[in-house]
Amino acid sequence: MLIGIFKRPTKTSVLRELILKEIDDLVIGSIGITAFISLFMGAVVALQTALNLDNPLIPKSLIGFATRQSIILEFAPTFISVIMAGKVGSYITSSIGTMRVTEQIDALEVMGINPLNYLIYPKIIALLFYPFLIAIIMFVGIFGGFLASVYGNLVSLEDFIVGLQDSFIPWHVAYAFIKTMVFGILLATIPSYHGYYMEGGALEVGKASTTSFVWTCVAIIVANYILTQILLTT
Amino acid sequence: MIEIKNLHKGFNGDMVLKGIDAKFEQGKTNMIIGASGSGKSVFLKNMLGLFEPDDGEIIYSGESLLDMDIDRKSDLRKEMGMLFQHSALFDSMTVEENIMFPLRMFSKIKLAERRERANEILERVNLVNLNKKMPSEISGGQQKRVALGRAIANNPQYLFCDEPNSGLDPKTATVIDQLIQEITHERNITTVIISHDMNSVMEIGETIVFLKDGLIAWEGSNKEIFKTDNEAVTDFVYSSDLFKKVRIAQNEGF
Repeated sequence: MLIGIFKRPTKTSVLRELILKEIDDLVIGSIGITAFISLFMGAVVALQTALNLDNPLIPKSLIGFATRQSIILEFAPTFISVIMAGKVGSYITSSIGTMRVTEQIDALEVMGINPLNYLIYPKIIALLFYPFLIAIIMFVGIFGGFLASVYGNLVSLEDFIVGLQDSFIPWHVAYAFIKTMVFGILLATIPSYHGYYMEGGALEVGKASTTSFVWTCVAIIVANYILTQILLTT
Repeated sequence: MIEIKNLHKGFNGDMVLKGIDAKFEQGKTNMIIGASGSGKSVFLKNMLGLFEPDDGEIIYSGESLLDMDIDRKSDLRKEMGMLFQHSALFDSMTVEENIMFPLRMFSKIKLAERRERANEILERVNLVNLNKKMPSEISGGQQKRVALGRAIANNPQYLFCDEPNSGLDPKTATVIDQLIQEITHERNITTVIISHDMNSVMEIGETIVFLKDGLIAWEGSNKEIFKTDNEAVTDFVYSSDLFKKVRIAQNEGF
């Protein structure tokens, strides 16, 4: 399938429009729900860290530090990608699957258009912009932690900011964005595969969406482990 | 013209097409008829290049489909129009966008011109004021007409129709049949229609190929089909009560 995606490309002007539409549908359209989840997850991380800090020898600034580390390293890239596997992955599988069932893919093929390039390539390119979404999620998540801890009187503003800046390793942000790029490609290709090669009717479209969600999650979790092993332990 | 020579196709050891030879002439509505499971759809998909035949040849105006490389095949497909059984309209596009789609993909004409052409086509298939409607907002008969419009938008040399009037009421089915025949004559294109609707066969079947068990059991025209003694054809044709009554009436000299 991967080779077929890059063969017989669609007309450039059409492809440009398709890519912009997919960026809107897949990336921009996901900002709302993921930002909402992220805001509250950041707040919960800060709250739980604060509630477990009963040793007076541990500085309160740890709340800011723990919020930053959990959001940047795992929550934003991995947890949000699993959510995206449900939101975007199911959408991709069901939309392509429905096109398969209703012969729309056959129609493209009969017209001399490469359906793989027309349908999947724009999604891959759109999800290369996925790190921009994750950057917003990182900011919103940390902001959620700030709101919960500072306005909840768990830590002072100064301590929270000291914690945020404490032992900051820029490579961790790069690591998070590298992971995000890989997850973006997985989010575009696995659901597309399940939609494109499905057989049957409406019931099978639903089954294909579920299967694609499961396999995308598995791929993300395994890739997360492998990338962490490669990028952080060497 | 499309010529088929000794076409074989099977799946998992079961042969569906067992050596078909046929000719589909230019400027005529050529029909492939037969009962469900006789191999009509597999035959059509082989002709369209969606299936790879096990053996045989499919020749488009003297050029073998199987010898074409992927780019030539792609070019040939730009000369084909296809009306699918369930219309297969792109449901994310409006009626107008569906019709303009082949023009947009394969021509350099500007949007205004494409729109003008889409309007002409919509008028030709007797649909007006539906330009901005989505496929889900129009009836099955209208969807078929839009799909026919899309199929002819790029002035194809070959038009394929897979059960063009299935699921339509008799009046709408007749409208679709007549449109296909008129367009075939107007543009002098090679039209191949799959059907098991005898009304359609009677209406527009200028040449008819009858398929049974993956083989051609009979060939002729709509004028000859009621006169044949071929048992497979008579079983098929007179399976409906209406045509049984027609036959009785014929035998009684009415």
